[in-house]
Amino acid sequence: MPEAAPTLTLQTTPEGAHCAMLGGSWSAAPLAEPASWRRISQGLADLVTKGSVRWDLRAISRLDHAGAQVLWNHWGHQWPAQVQLNAGQRTMLERVAHFTAPAVKPARRSARQAFLHLGKLLWLVWDHALGMLALVGQLLLDGLRLLRAPGRGPWRDVSGHIYHIGATALPVTALVGFTIGVVLAYLMSRQLRQFGADTFIVNILGLAIIRELGPMLAAILIAGRSGSAITAQIGVMRVTEELDAMRVMGIARGYRLVLPRAIAMAVAMPLISVWTTLAALLGGMLAADVVLGVTPAYFFATLPDAVEISNLWLGLGKSVVFGLLIALIGCHYGLRVKPNTESLGQGTTTSVVTAITVVLLVDAVFAVLFKSVGI
Amino acid sequence: MKQPVRQPVVEIDKLWSVFHEAGRDIVIHQDLSLRIDTGELVSIVGGSGSGKTVLLRQMLGLELPARGRVTVLGEAASGMGREGAASRVGMLFQHGALFSAFSVLDNIAFALRELNTLPRDLIVDVAMVKLRMVGLEPSAAHKMPADLSGGMIKRAALARALIMDPPLLLLDEPTAGLDPGSADEFCALLQSLHQELGLTVVMVTHDLDTLLELSTRIAVVADRHIVADGSAAEVMAQPHPFIREFFLGERGRRASALLQEPLYGPSSLLANTKT
Repeated sequence: MPEAAPTLTLQTTPEGAHCAMLGGSWSAAPLAEPASWRRISQGLADLVTKGSVRWDLRAISRLDHAGAQVLWNHWGHQWPAQVQLNAGQRTMLERVAHFTAPAVKPARRSARQAFLHLGKLLWLVWDHALGMLALVGQLLLDGLRLLRAPGRGPWRDVSGHIYHIGATALPVTALVGFTIGVVLAYLMSRQLRQFGADTFIVNILGLAIIRELGPMLAAILIAGRSGSAITAQIGVMRVTEELDAMRVMGIARGYRLVLPRAIAMAVAMPLISVWTTLAALLGGMLAADVVLGVTPAYFFATLPDAVEISNLWLGLGKSVVFGLLIALIGCHYGLRVKPNTESLGQGTTTSVVTAITVVLLVDAVFAVLFKSVGI
Repeated sequence: MKQPVRQPVVEIDKLWSVFHEAGRDIVIHQDLSLRIDTGELVSIVGGSGSGKTVLLRQMLGLELPARGRVTVLGEAASGMGREGAASRVGMLFQHGALFSAFSVLDNIAFALRELNTLPRDLIVDVAMVKLRMVGLEPSAAHKMPADLSGGMIKRAALARALIMDPPLLLLDEPTAGLDPGSADEFCALLQSLHQELGLTVVMVTHDLDTLLELSTRIAVVADRHIVADGSAAEVMAQPHPFIREFFLGERGRRASALLQEPLYGPSSLLANTKT
């Protein structure tokens, strides 16, 4: 049922006194209609110039807290000299008057606090480093524990994570790898044709994809896909107090949560990396056939000579490290989530950004360390 | 107190609620009918899993009836969620459901602010009045929901539900998770709001103290429909096994012993309540 719009009319009695007649519904929804609010706020502003005004609220069909607040604020937080109203309206206005309080301003940050905040950020970095170190140490200890009693390891968890991290990621990594292969071959073909060095496409594609692009693409995709999932899973367990429940039962979370994910990542990552590499090579090979006329048969025949096998081992080795890093970073941020949803969102975002950045940095370190291998 | 004109606020007519799960249908409500009039404070009682919360969600249009009709404030409940819903109905969710990204004040003011008309200062004033009305300190205004205790979350959520002064207020387990002191305070608050604002309140609760202290009417959900509906005394007189166990079990006797003359004179229930 639509409510009547609030009204405000000014009447002048024969004696020259001003009387404000209020009517309609003075409640939040009708007041907030843009047209009504313009009219009412204009009317109230005009009244200010009239001096002493007699108020008549009795024709108001419904006065709620918002409407009462409008009047009370207009009256300057005190009762006007002359006002006519019924009992319900008086109670409403009295309640608003009783509860109206100056709004508390949120505390502003002073320069000193900003300075201290900077220091806190530095400590936070240190805290993260310590946390990561502790996690790596715990992982090593848990690894030793697993080696001592392999039969009692959390193998069901490991296989479940390998399926979720690895098997379900196959379509997307293949698609991305294939596309990058095609793009790379097309871009290279124009340059190579200028020099008449068409057949070198095999060397360029082979080296770039097997050594760098395959492992990198796979790592970035998995960091975005599974790194975030790891943080979110563990973070939700924090929000719902599942982590505390595990602790109370005396179950080590490092052994049950971090270790299976780290193992699964270390196993799945090189496999995904090989898969992505194959897809990218396939894409590059087909594109080279179309653009440069380099046949797949020639491609296959030349590839072993063009790219040393050590490049493949390097790519695989890198992938294992990337996998471990993504799992550890995911777990690290997941375990640091505070028990509220906002922190969960932040933790997941930070986890993905950190994981991708660290993967790129570590890849650069690999490039420098192994610059003399396989090229 | 003047008796308001009886008008149905909520009318549920032969409602069927059905959930589809793993290929089979789970019937929660079957031919459930209930009518709630203006100014009533109705408690919905029932065992765990009897579909009390689903009934509230039906009134809010969050679940759709498989059969039957749910009419709230004269229109189909399925249309409740459209723009301006905050001025028609307020809901206090069991865990508060405060927006975790906003401060308490922003949570309370959210519906009013979304209208984009009223000036910022006025909105802050209105929200502050609601904040203090539910018994929160002004200093709580800029806290984040994550920093609040359970009782404060309920209070802030109640203030948020009341920001547009809706005529109908739905409460899901309002006192669950509160300590007895806070629960009593919250009951007193609800009662004063119900009386002063003339709200129609529908409440789902397990808490017998709350139930007997506040309700003007009790509706018992069991066996997929309403098995008893009336004043506390009328409901307790019903022979249904759930009612016997719920009201006349050990806990029920203890709670009703707190009220003098538990089984006689429904009006005495009201007279005995705190104000």
